[in-house]
Amino acid sequence: MLDTKDPAVINDGGITSELEVERDHDQREHTPGATKTMVLNMGPQHPSTHGVLRLLLELDGETIVKAAPDIGYLHTGIEKEFEVKTYQQGVTLTDRIDYLAPLSNNLCYCLAAEKLLGLEIPPLAQWTRVMLSEFTRLNSHLVWLGTHAIDIGAMSVFLYCFREREEILRVFEMFSGQRMMTSYFRIGGLALPHPRGWQKRVKDFVDIFASRVDEYEELLTSNRIWTGRTKGIGYIPLEDMIDLGVTGPMLRAAGLKIDIRKDAPYSSYEKFDFEVPTRTENDVFSRYVVRIEEMRQSLRIIKQALEGMPSGSHQADAPGIVLPDREKMKTQMEALIYHFKIVTEGFRVPEGEVYMPIESPRGEVGCYMVSDGTQKPYRVHWRGPSFGNLQAIPKMIEGTLIADVIAGLGSMDFVLGDTDR
Amino acid sequence: MSFRKGAPVSGMLPDELQENPTAAALADIATTGNLAYGELTIEVAPSSILEALRRAKHQLGFERLSTVTGVDRFPAEPRFEVVYHLQAIQRREWLRLKVRLPGANPEVESAFAVYRSANWYERETFDLFGIRFLNHPDLRRIMMPDDWPGHPLRKDYPVTGERY
Repeated sequence: MLDTKDPAVINDGGITSELEVERDHDQREHTPGATKTMVLNMGPQHPSTHGVLRLLLELDGETIVKAAPDIGYLHTGIEKEFEVKTYQQGVTLTDRIDYLAPLSNNLCYCLAAEKLLGLEIPPLAQWTRVMLSEFTRLNSHLVWLGTHAIDIGAMSVFLYCFREREEILRVFEMFSGQRMMTSYFRIGGLALPHPRGWQKRVKDFVDIFASRVDEYEELLTSNRIWTGRTKGIGYIPLEDMIDLGVTGPMLRAAGLKIDIRKDAPYSSYEKFDFEVPTRTENDVFSRYVVRIEEMRQSLRIIKQALEGMPSGSHQADAPGIVLPDREKMKTQMEALIYHFKIVTEGFRVPEGEVYMPIESPRGEVGCYMVSDGTQKPYRVHWRGPSFGNLQAIPKMIEGTLIADVIAGLGSMDFVLGDTDR
Repeated sequence: MSFRKGAPVSGMLPDELQENPTAAALADIATTGNLAYGELTIEVAPSSILEALRRAKHQLGFERLSTVTGVDRFPAEPRFEVVYHLQAIQRREWLRLKVRLPGANPEVESAFAVYRSANWYERETFDLFGIRFLNHPDLRRIMMPDDWPGHPLRKDYPVTGERY
């Protein structure tokens, strides 16, 4: 059996590299009397790693001695790409970073650029952004819940979750014309005015969704297999999580009330009434409960946005930055000139640097944007929440059983596009 | 905006930062700083970055290191900037620390000794900018393949083409 007092087993640093796993394994092979271990390569094509995460696991029987995550299989150079696109073109890249939460990423990028430009966004656009960001949160949490449940063996939850997700994608399609890569938020406001009849579609969704969340809970919350697989699993001490860069629902499930929507409200979140759910158990089950509760809170925000949607323009009054109205462009010379200039060369953004953090479904998304006064960003750094969260994997799974790895990974809710960019 | 122009004056913070408590605590090691768009930036010399991070964490209560990244100012000298974003959770405050490094042999002390989240962020900065972090526990490429030539986020690295 595994000797847990063995200093090699207890990794106090909380980080493990692939080399360390191999070194430790070799050392044990050549030390007489040491516990022999096996190195198992999990991923990058493993269904429960949700994309292309590779884990190198050193096993003693079913116990994990050391675990090292290996990322970078989905690196697409998006940060480099930002530097050769104009500011407005950059919006389309943000969809592809975290493909389960495209609108949150759009929002983060646009807010960073608008901060540099000093743009005032009209209330209608701000409220729409809030509403659709919350739809994104629902969308992302539904995919998470479905796949997390399927990983642990509850097949049917997936089907229920994707039924509602389909409705959300229809809302996105109605607003932006796209189901996934929406690019609906633009620097200066929204890409298009509200579609006709959106209230009905959103209202239909709001009316049914509360009962649907209850349905998921009925399937899982008191399900003995579910609780057996999730309660007490995946514990990481709170201090370690903070120090290792974990954000979002994982911290809230450990009792820390942290939510950028409340701490540093952006896009008029301060006008909405909602709670930040927290738990203290700090295990896979509590992360599940926090996210379920977040869905209910998101629904509350969507309801408020639906009922109180202000009227007005969907774009800021900034002629050199937002494209002119189609009708004006055809009838007014000045509007035509602006249109030509924006399309052909973009707009200049004043020199400066900003860091814009927002609360995405997975945690803190941050956009560090440096402008040198030209039409293209000098540098855009994207702080993806999955990247920070994944750093805590060794801390979470070392010393636990291999079956719990799947539950633990699922509770992190990472997206590899967001990790590797 | 002061971040690109001229050499910073040693030990001097601009007047608007004199009353800022965070800036005051770092004033003796700061080379320059500014408060723009409501965001506080403090620049320090590469040799005192660990001291600045320690003070930020233990004295000023910035518990979280949110991200570490680089900026390439090619062809200007000093060429590289390493940028740290810190958060004080309870006070809801953000702080940006910055060091400037020369283009030849850019290296700076790793923040890992103070914040463990620096691990991957510094590996990424090393991978994409070629900035070395001294005393980092595991300084290897993280995004690109191990045998990749060059550092893609440098400004002299082409965006298109088959080879570097």
